[in-house]
Amino acid sequence: MANAISSFKRTLRIITMNGKEVKAVIFQAAFFFLVAGGAYFLYHNMQVNLERQNIQTGFHYLSLESGFAIGESWISYSPSSSYARAILVGFINTSVVAVLGITLATLIGVFVGVAALSSNWLVSKLTSVYINFLRNLPVLLQIILWYTIVTSPRFLPTVRDFNGENGLEPFLGTIYMTRQGIFMPFFEADIGWLGAAIGLATGIFISIWIRYLSRIRMDKTGQQLPVFWIGTSFILVLPCIGWLLMGAPVGIDYPEMGRFRLSGGATITPEFIAVLFGLTIYASAFIADIVRSGILSVPTGQVEAGRSLGLQEGVIMGRIVLPQALRIIIPPLTSQYLNLTKNSSLAVAVGYPDLVSISNTTLNQTGQAPEAIMIMMIVYLSTSLTTAFFMNWYDKKIQFVER
Amino acid sequence: MSIHLSILSTSRNWIRRKLFNTWANSVITALIIMALIYFFPKAYMWVVTDAILTIQVDSESWWGYSFVPDSNACIKANGACWDFVAEKFRLIIFGLYPQDQHWRPLVMMITLISLIVYSLDTSRWGFRLGVTWVVAIPMMFFLMQGGVLGLTFVQTDSWGGGPITLILSAVGIVLSFPIAVMLAFGRQSDMLVVKTICIFFIEIIRGVPLITILFMASLMIPLFLPEGININKLLRALIGFTLFSAAYVAEVIRGGLQAVPKGQYEAADSLGLSYWQKTIFIILPQALKLVIPPIMNTFIGLFKDTTLIIIISMYDFLGTVRLGASDPAWRPYYIEGLLFAAIVYFVVCYAMAAYSLHLEAKLDTERR
Repeated sequence: MANAISSFKRTLRIITMNGKEVKAVIFQAAFFFLVAGGAYFLYHNMQVNLERQNIQTGFHYLSLESGFAIGESWISYSPSSSYARAILVGFINTSVVAVLGITLATLIGVFVGVAALSSNWLVSKLTSVYINFLRNLPVLLQIILWYTIVTSPRFLPTVRDFNGENGLEPFLGTIYMTRQGIFMPFFEADIGWLGAAIGLATGIFISIWIRYLSRIRMDKTGQQLPVFWIGTSFILVLPCIGWLLMGAPVGIDYPEMGRFRLSGGATITPEFIAVLFGLTIYASAFIADIVRSGILSVPTGQVEAGRSLGLQEGVIMGRIVLPQALRIIIPPLTSQYLNLTKNSSLAVAVGYPDLVSISNTTLNQTGQAPEAIMIMMIVYLSTSLTTAFFMNWYDKKIQFVER
Repeated sequence: MSIHLSILSTSRNWIRRKLFNTWANSVITALIIMALIYFFPKAYMWVVTDAILTIQVDSESWWGYSFVPDSNACIKANGACWDFVAEKFRLIIFGLYPQDQHWRPLVMMITLISLIVYSLDTSRWGFRLGVTWVVAIPMMFFLMQGGVLGLTFVQTDSWGGGPITLILSAVGIVLSFPIAVMLAFGRQSDMLVVKTICIFFIEIIRGVPLITILFMASLMIPLFLPEGININKLLRALIGFTLFSAAYVAEVIRGGLQAVPKGQYEAADSLGLSYWQKTIFIILPQALKLVIPPIMNTFIGLFKDTTLIIIISMYDFLGTVRLGASDPAWRPYYIEGLLFAAIVYFVVCYAMAAYSLHLEAKLDTERR
């Protein structure tokens, strides 16, 4: 009998690797119950507290009338629209400022990053000042500083200053730069301009496609197409065709000076300018440094090899250095893009109606704090994860395939 | 004379080589110099010659002068109004803390800064320094809050300015460190449940903006607590900020853990060390040493991020500048206040960046 027990113990010990696995399972179970229990405790307290404050949990408040106005919106919206629509307006505003910011920050960042490697002493010193100064200032401070500058009576006139006989003259006769925003002419709402826009989009798509086809052709036959010229002509010609086909409108909407305010045309609000400038300039300083060190990481032998093949400096940069630098650049660049998107939430500090700002208003009106915060977090989380996923895919695509 | 000439010729060579080496570079140099000649005097006039900073002879003052800020003088000026900073200086530094008690935040700030500077030298790191921090943080808290030893009670709502920025960044970072180490090990662990929970925590926090976490901390923590228990706003912000920085620091530490050669783990295993022995004495010291430079960059980012608490209406250094500009007479000169804050933030961040470069160079030579 004793023999049987000890042999059973031995088998058990072999199965469980000297009890290590059992320990691990017990530890994990304990850890899980601790976390789950803690979460349940917090959740339960929240339920009780909300009930005491007479706040109903759930998302049905989203379909109620919001009752507040929003300064700028890309879709039709009025105070009688629902909370859900208000949040959508905020999400679109966040996306607009984030996409525009990422594009501009990349352009400025690459330009400054390449300039930082210039042999010109003045250029490299100035870029170094740009990079080191701007990335060591909190982005919120920069946004607030820009907002204060573009709304300050000390630097810009107000709309009323343009009024009357002794009023100021707008820039180029049509652009009003005031501390209520920039007012400028814009295309009249007309289907013809839509045709031009569709033409432009098609042109860009076709030129990318041609570039792709010519790559394949070059790999097969070694012949190059004048991709740049073909692409550019498509991008220039197609909008014109679209414009002509849709009736060739000439209507442009100019801002008109009324008694107290300007109407018509397009307006860029000071809030938008402040957020865009702050985000773009802050991120561009980081991107410039990433680009600079990415280029530096390419061995000089590569440049020398290019020169000894008789390639032009531009071709060496575009075809040899940058593609290799890109492999180093992409991962940190991704996190900069994600940072910029997340930092766009600081728009709330200057009143640009982004997702956070509108969710905050919603939260204050309805008291639905858990739901509002959850919506914000889920939107940002899914945006971050999508961006990260896409950039990882791109990163994998351009990585060096080692043979 | 000949020496003088040789200096001239080398500098001429330098100018030719660095500024006018190619045709394109010459044009660029000329353009930049023209832009500088145009803008620099204007900026200089705005900041210095046309600026207003009213100073009066005052024999009672320790340096013989005193500031007499005058917002009327600023209205007529073409330049910057530094009088704003002089007028609101105490408010910017100490917030709404009672005027006659300002020595307390001052002592607290000096102590905290000295403690940080003392901790910068890596050779002093150890158990005793850890204990010093653990003792110092509550003592500074009691000094600020008072209510003991005859100090008048000052509630945390009226703390502001420098102390808030310092508390959030220093205490937040120090408290987040142990959590970050645990998270980093949890994420590296073989135990699936622990690993999953850690990954979820880290990725959710890193995927959302800090401001949503601060909203959550300031609005949700009161809901999460059972009835009757209340914690003040500063502590709530501190909790949010600590969890946020823990997730970021954890990822940096994880990078260090991955960079420790596998042989070190195997060597520890073959010596028969337990998991905790291996972790504390073999892996962690090496990993931490590897991540000191990148962790400094994270700290710089977190220091800049402390400004975000003004959105949940608390007054850190940036917030008190804003508070100063809410005074109608001084409202137009908010820009000068922001520029002053910008200089302070820049100096601190730049010093931290320089220190991180210094550490990197030092650790690099140690490794050789």
